[in-house]
Amino acid sequence: MSLDAGSEQLLRDLAPQVLGAVLRRFRDFSAAEDAVQEALIAATSQWPRDGVPENPRGWLIQVASRRMTDYLRSEVARRRRETAAAADLGSETAIYDEEQDDTLALFFMCCHPALSPSSAIALTLRAVGGLTTAEIANAFLVPEATMAQRISRAKQSIKASGVPFQLPDPEEQSQRLRAVLHVLYLIFNEGYTASVGPELARRELSSEAIRLTRAVHDLLPDDAEVMGLLALMLLTDARRAARMGPGGELIPLTKQDRTQWDRDQISEGVALISVALQKGSVGAYQLQAAIAAVHDEAARTEDTDWPQVLALYDLLRRMSDNPMVELNYAIAAAMVHGPPAGLDLLDALDTDGRLKGNHRLDAVRAHLLEMAGDREAAIEHYRRGAERTTSIPERNYLMTQAARLREGDEEP
Amino acid sequence: MKYILMMNCPRNAYESFGSWPQKDIQTHIGFMLGLNKSLRESGELVSAEGLASPQEAKIVRAGKDGAPVTDGVFPESKEFLAGYWIVDVETTEQAYKIAARASAAPGQGGTPMNMPIEVRQVMSGPPEEML
Repeated sequence: MSLDAGSEQLLRDLAPQVLGAVLRRFRDFSAAEDAVQEALIAATSQWPRDGVPENPRGWLIQVASRRMTDYLRSEVARRRRETAAAADLGSETAIYDEEQDDTLALFFMCCHPALSPSSAIALTLRAVGGLTTAEIANAFLVPEATMAQRISRAKQSIKASGVPFQLPDPEEQSQRLRAVLHVLYLIFNEGYTASVGPELARRELSSEAIRLTRAVHDLLPDDAEVMGLLALMLLTDARRAARMGPGGELIPLTKQDRTQWDRDQISEGVALISVALQKGSVGAYQLQAAIAAVHDEAARTEDTDWPQVLALYDLLRRMSDNPMVELNYAIAAAMVHGPPAGLDLLDALDTDGRLKGNHRLDAVRAHLLEMAGDREAAIEHYRRGAERTTSIPERNYLMTQAARLREGDEEP
Repeated sequence: MKYILMMNCPRNAYESFGSWPQKDIQTHIGFMLGLNKSLRESGELVSAEGLASPQEAKIVRAGKDGAPVTDGVFPESKEFLAGYWIVDVETTEQAYKIAARASAAPGQGGTPMNMPIEVRQVMSGPPEEML
């Protein structure tokens, strides 16, 4: 027997709250996290048989606390300090079920700047998302033993850095929140841009990122950037069904069958970003969401409000010194003012040098050259882009574009 | 980012390895096992395999009706793939560092072999939104 979808969802939602409660009582993050995983696994096997307990949160906290007590007892025995520490353990039946939600503090801990991005991603998915190590390993196509080590090393780094389990100071909080949002953004992208491997597992990664970002939004409902990120994910994920052809080939935004876009997700994303922008503290996620909304709201490619996209990218480039933003700005400029305007901006990017050898620069230049009618140069840059990319669907797409132009076909 | 680290060895390496003193063979094997263990513990190892002697290697092509046609190893081949690692790392530099560690595996007399390791990125990058 396995858990039904509703109970599985409930388990995942409760995971960080249970961990928070156990952590507050026992303080040892690494052991508490293991104990909560064991409690989740116990629930997965026992609930389908015995039914979901009346107080599922309390049940999980009790099981995890019992595991913690067992663990501490054996640790104590191992260290031969029975008398001193055993007295601290107290009653094992005591249930700590205060209604305090520590999920936000856990997010800050798992996305600590001391961790590398891949460690923070793995730890967040396990400790806050309630995913098993096997599920995370499967999604990232690495062996379970490797992922287990990555998680355990992440826990060690946290321990070594001495971060206390509490919310950071208000001044520090906004900076640390940025790190949390970045990790959630990376998890989303891993799933959304899945190019290899078990597609289902990867797709679940972007759903998981959306679920976790919703959780942050529920905890910080007034934060405009959290709203912006959630909106960006919803508005991007809405296009998923149209993004790949039947053979797994990439379909560019301008050629997607827009009737396949998820209207409900678009409405939700548009509503969110509209509220966020009114709050008056515009950030990079909000601007990216606003751009995604402009694309999503055009019924046909030719209806796209490119001047609006250009204006939004202009704001974004003033806010962040990111050459990828400049690249997108160049595309929008070409769509509004014609390909030479865009190509001029790409030349400036060559001088800048940070995108040297980047396949995206070649791909965009190829496209703009084709728009400008320079077939030979376009072929050359499509091929260069194909040689430089590390994504197979992208390489196939760029090679096909070059071949199409070589055979003298107009863009279909 | 995933990288494959391919360790190539000269044609006669398999036989000459067998003629090393026992101590050197054990040191070499111990080094390789230790390297794999350390990569697993650092959360970077995706897979690692050593390949059997090229003595029995065959080149296979499809013949008529798609049936396999085998051909012996070509004597002109000077180098063979001896084994490979696939690692998942944050930067290219980290892949190079691991390759350098493998390259320095102890040879006869315990001196580093400095074997050539070919490092290639695996095409597992995410596709971006295309125009």
